[in-house]
Amino acid sequence: MEKSRLLFSGSGGQGVITAAILMAEAAVRYESLNAVQTQSYGAEARGGATRSDVIIWDKPIYFPRVTQANVLICLTQTAFNKYQEMIRPGGVLITDSRLVKNSRKVDARRIELPLYEAVMDVIKNPVVLNICMLGAVIAVTELVRIESIKSLIAKRFAEDFLEANFTAVDLGVELVRQHLGK
Amino acid sequence: MNKNIKFIQGNEVCVEAALYAGLEFFAGYPITPSTEIAEQMASRLPRIGGKFLQMEDEISSLCAITGASLTGHKAMTATSGPGFSLMQEALGYAVMAEIPCVIVNVMRGGPSTGLPTHAGQGDVNQARYGTHGDHAIIALTASNHQDIFRMTVEAFNFAETYRTPVILLLDEATGHLREKIEIPEPGNIPLVKRLRTSVKSGIDYHPYLPREDGRLPMSDFGDEHRYNVTGLYHDMWGFPSDNPKIVYGLIRHLVDKIENNSHQIARFRKHHVKDADVLLISYGASARSALHLVENRRSRGEKLGLLELQTLWPFPVDIVREACNNVKFTVVVEMNMGQVLQQVRLAADMPEKIFLANRIDGELITPTDIRNILRVIQGKGV
Amino acid sequence: MAVKDYIRQRFFPHMWCAGCGHGIILNALLRAVDNLGLNKKNIVMVSGIGCSARISGYVDFHSMHTIHGRALAYATGVKMSKPELNVIVPMGDGDALAIGGNHFIHAARRNIEMTAIVMNNRIYGMTGGQFSPLSGYGSMGTTAPYGNIDHNFDVVDLSVAAGATFVARTTTYHVHELSDLIEQAIVHKGFSVLEVLSQCPTHFGRRNKVGDAVDMLKVYKKRTVRIGSEKKQTDPDLIERGVFVKKDLPEYCREYDQLILKARQNR
Repeated sequence: MEKSRLLFSGSGGQGVITAAILMAEAAVRYESLNAVQTQSYGAEARGGATRSDVIIWDKPIYFPRVTQANVLICLTQTAFNKYQEMIRPGGVLITDSRLVKNSRKVDARRIELPLYEAVMDVIKNPVVLNICMLGAVIAVTELVRIESIKSLIAKRFAEDFLEANFTAVDLGVELVRQHLGK
Repeated sequence: MNKNIKFIQGNEVCVEAALYAGLEFFAGYPITPSTEIAEQMASRLPRIGGKFLQMEDEISSLCAITGASLTGHKAMTATSGPGFSLMQEALGYAVMAEIPCVIVNVMRGGPSTGLPTHAGQGDVNQARYGTHGDHAIIALTASNHQDIFRMTVEAFNFAETYRTPVILLLDEATGHLREKIEIPEPGNIPLVKRLRTSVKSGIDYHPYLPREDGRLPMSDFGDEHRYNVTGLYHDMWGFPSDNPKIVYGLIRHLVDKIENNSHQIARFRKHHVKDADVLLISYGASARSALHLVENRRSRGEKLGLLELQTLWPFPVDIVREACNNVKFTVVVEMNMGQVLQQVRLAADMPEKIFLANRIDGELITPTDIRNILRVIQGKGV
Repeated sequence: MAVKDYIRQRFFPHMWCAGCGHGIILNALLRAVDNLGLNKKNIVMVSGIGCSARISGYVDFHSMHTIHGRALAYATGVKMSKPELNVIVPMGDGDALAIGGNHFIHAARRNIEMTAIVMNNRIYGMTGGQFSPLSGYGSMGTTAPYGNIDHNFDVVDLSVAAGATFVARTTTYHVHELSDLIEQAIVHKGFSVLEVLSQCPTHFGRRNKVGDAVDMLKVYKKRTVRIGSEKKQTDPDLIERGVFVKKDLPEYCREYDQLILKARQNR
């Protein structure tokens, strides 16, 4: 397989790091792949620009940072402005259509999804935006199976929140399906 | 799904390994980027009847684990640059009083408060020379989770074998990195138990009289043998002494027990070293970038090799010299101003053929950074 | 047992000056331990650096002579890892309250069971007579050649504020009271502080022109009173002796045992 380099970005408190960890962990524990996950952050627990790098491959991974992303995910305008240049020519850019405007012409396949809007309409709780985004990323990349990510979520999250999170995953997958016109 | 396979941070691997090694006592003070170690210990230790203490600072943290070690428990603390600076006096005490313990320093960018959330490897010399006075020290490091596990266990083993504090130098980049680790089954990595005296109660026990093999059997505080422990130069009873013969004998013992065993303590990995024309020497997170480059260039037929050091102190002089002698030139890859470079140049027969590829801006050095240096050395331009 | 059975004769003669109060404290301590019938192997004495700290070498207990100011931190590790041990921590005034001040208040706050004895001679003796945080305003020292402008801590007030659950004070003149208070402090289930005013004729006495050891002991006799004495009302500068605080509050090691039970249930 090709080495997949994903860069998740947004602001502190949006849960982009959690989403990145779940993606990488599912690849390791359910798909028998190798994965590394790192993050860079400043002093802010909330706000600022947060970034998490994930590399997934079937061979050993040494250098753990993403220098050129196959897949760039941006959940805020600040993050987009900061990381847009890191996308590999021909890579995929996944953004929230409400939170990221003016995604200038980057040399990438642009997938703008109404993640935030859909989450507020259907689940009515912005807390699961990250998991909806994760569902979308999985649908686009097909690096891990949907049931894998759900099994992992079931292990990680409190039972009271499982339903909302499962719905969020499905919602993300569905938005991609609609976007691609499948 | 193998339940021994985990996807966790390097700091958490260090916790798993310490518990595997038989850790029973941890004292620490929160500091980025090592805090996860304290957090995990606070949760895990009480469940096995162990003790976790959050102390008022890093000084008291090292003091507390030293006290706990004397009652017969494997003990550890974890910190980062500023905290490690505070620990230096207590580190010297543990060296002098020969008290086994493990100090983890998850390095960040320094000096001073520096770059708390960024990577650095600037504490290599501090680990060696930070405390005052002549002494020897053991410092280990690792670049990936499987090795962090093994080196953490080795740190405890060396601490017991040589009755000395052992420093484990991790860095922010591996401490916060998540990757796969398979936790070894109990028994897969041998553990060194505390060597306790066989001297019976009522017969004089000499806490500072080495056996023929150089090891010093201990007796737990609370057991029958009562003895004195001090940071002053002391005789075989542990009583202070300024007798020049005793002073000379003790300093020689403290240094020799480690320096004379540097071959036993040396841990390293060789990646494509045998037929290499050009050698990289690296350790910790930097070694990941070096190995990435080596594998990448090997696939294109370039004879690049990597000597990855896992024991930094005592510095494995012979292993480094031999490796450097067999190549056209050597590049030391690290994230400081050349702390290991200095040691490699001292070890090598031709120091003019030893170069540095480093990064000192808080960012993990990349394979491209190293590649660019190689091209400059080879006269190919960047 | 005889007092001799509690000391390491190999380690004698001791290094204290003639007239020093610290030997009186050592004597009272051994009597207290004997009275309580404690087993020597169950006692750990942890000290720091200074004249006072040398006391740990002279006793036939487990002894740890550590670094300046950190005795309570080492002692915390000893006690937490083996709570059945009796931990006694003798400290000088500089050791306990200058360099070791932070450890002092935090050990008190935790209420960890150990006996802190502050051997207060109001001077750094071992380094030759510099003022300490207990010297007091106007006192003389080699580093206060024009008179000290630093105010002193009140060890009792400080200990009470920091949360110590047993706080007492006496002097080396009142030897029976001293021995009795050490006993009470050792028996107390929590962090106990005993301040002992101890004369240093060599450095404090000489520099402050307060006479020799006997003169200094006479001052302890005349200028101190039992807590609640009426004399104190007419002469407020008198120093009170006795037990200021003695209360039962949860002790740290026992609290940790409860925490272990909780952690095991939550597994």
